[in-house]
Amino acid sequence: MNDATPAPAAPAAPVFLRGIWRENPVLIHMLGLCPALAVTNTVANSLAMGIATFFVLCGSSFLVSLLKRFIPHEIRISTYILIIATFVTVADMSLAAFTPGLHKALGAYIALIVVNCMILGRQEAFASKQSVGRSMLDAVGTGFGFIIALVMMGAVREVLGSGTFLGFSVFGDNFEPWVVMVLPPGGFLTLGFWLLGLSWWTERKKQRAAAEGGAS
Amino acid sequence: MAELLWILLSAMVVNNFTLYYFLGLCPFMGVSGRVGTAIRMGAANIFVLVITSTCAWFLNTFVLEHAPYLRVISFIVVIASLVQIVEMAVKKLSPVLFRQLGIFLPLITTNCAILGLAIFQTNRGYGFLEGLAFAIGAGLGLTLALILMASIREDAETADVPGIAKGTAMVLIVAGSLSLAFMGFAGLLSSA
Repeated sequence: MNDATPAPAAPAAPVFLRGIWRENPVLIHMLGLCPALAVTNTVANSLAMGIATFFVLCGSSFLVSLLKRFIPHEIRISTYILIIATFVTVADMSLAAFTPGLHKALGAYIALIVVNCMILGRQEAFASKQSVGRSMLDAVGTGFGFIIALVMMGAVREVLGSGTFLGFSVFGDNFEPWVVMVLPPGGFLTLGFWLLGLSWWTERKKQRAAAEGGAS
Repeated sequence: MAELLWILLSAMVVNNFTLYYFLGLCPFMGVSGRVGTAIRMGAANIFVLVITSTCAWFLNTFVLEHAPYLRVISFIVVIASLVQIVEMAVKKLSPVLFRQLGIFLPLITTNCAILGLAIFQTNRGYGFLEGLAFAIGAGLGLTLALILMASIREDAETADVPGIAKGTAMVLIVAGSLSLAFMGFAGLLSSA
């Protein structure tokens, strides 16, 4: 949770690190909002969604960067979407086979990973131009960033909305859950307040830096 | 007939696509700055949604019966090619409209509302007419949410919003309040 990333020794490090926090897909770029708001009513759902998306993103980045020489420029977007849809089908069926409960809770939103702008964005902006290794680093970094953002959302919504964290009671029996937090409005409000908090923090840091710069 | 109307109404307000299912958020955040643009974006969405619903029904009835595991892939391919055609038609017929919708017209393909409609329709086992009612209701609901958001944002431009809340944070909190207001429509479900 600290954006003071250490100075990279190799140029590979920023590719990996920037997606995690400084260019977080959800919190900074506002990509993939649909799953980030829809299924984050518990931490478990958020994690499952994050991991499924992570898998799809890494798989498609790998294939796209591997096949970039063979994909004609004119139909590249359709090709990316096909590749992504294939991985989504794999994720969908694996979830249904291994964790039917989670599959039911996430519902149609697993299939909707296909239209997560974040994944298509990484293919178009990065994997289609870079080597396989770099693309994988980028995909893993962005995927982790996505998981972190989803869990941040899920933690707030589950703790306030059900009084539990991963199913364990947090506040004891006397806590009256804020039911609205696990309902759709809670999604919008939670992300709104996270963004408020983050921009307040950035602003404060900027002011401190300015004050220090002025003093010295 | 009553049932069709019910599907339409429920997709439009009770389970509004944007405010309840979080579908179609990209245009909701992106082009909801002006009411005029919001209406045109909504209209484009209704059009594509109706096409999608027809396609999904056709695929479900005649093709996917034998290969249900190809559902996601075939939906996305058919929808993407159709949107491409619509995009070319709009570019040719109304360059002004094309310029105003800008980047978001091609993005209708990766608009979750479109694929979401196809998948919801399949999961609920809607027939052809039910699917059409669902598509029109969903499209109207999206347009309604876009217009509401755009009018609020037009007013908010002159309001004294604290610096840190400007932009997306404010839009999200406003959307949260709208969503809260739309929850009131859930009463329709129990009283009907």
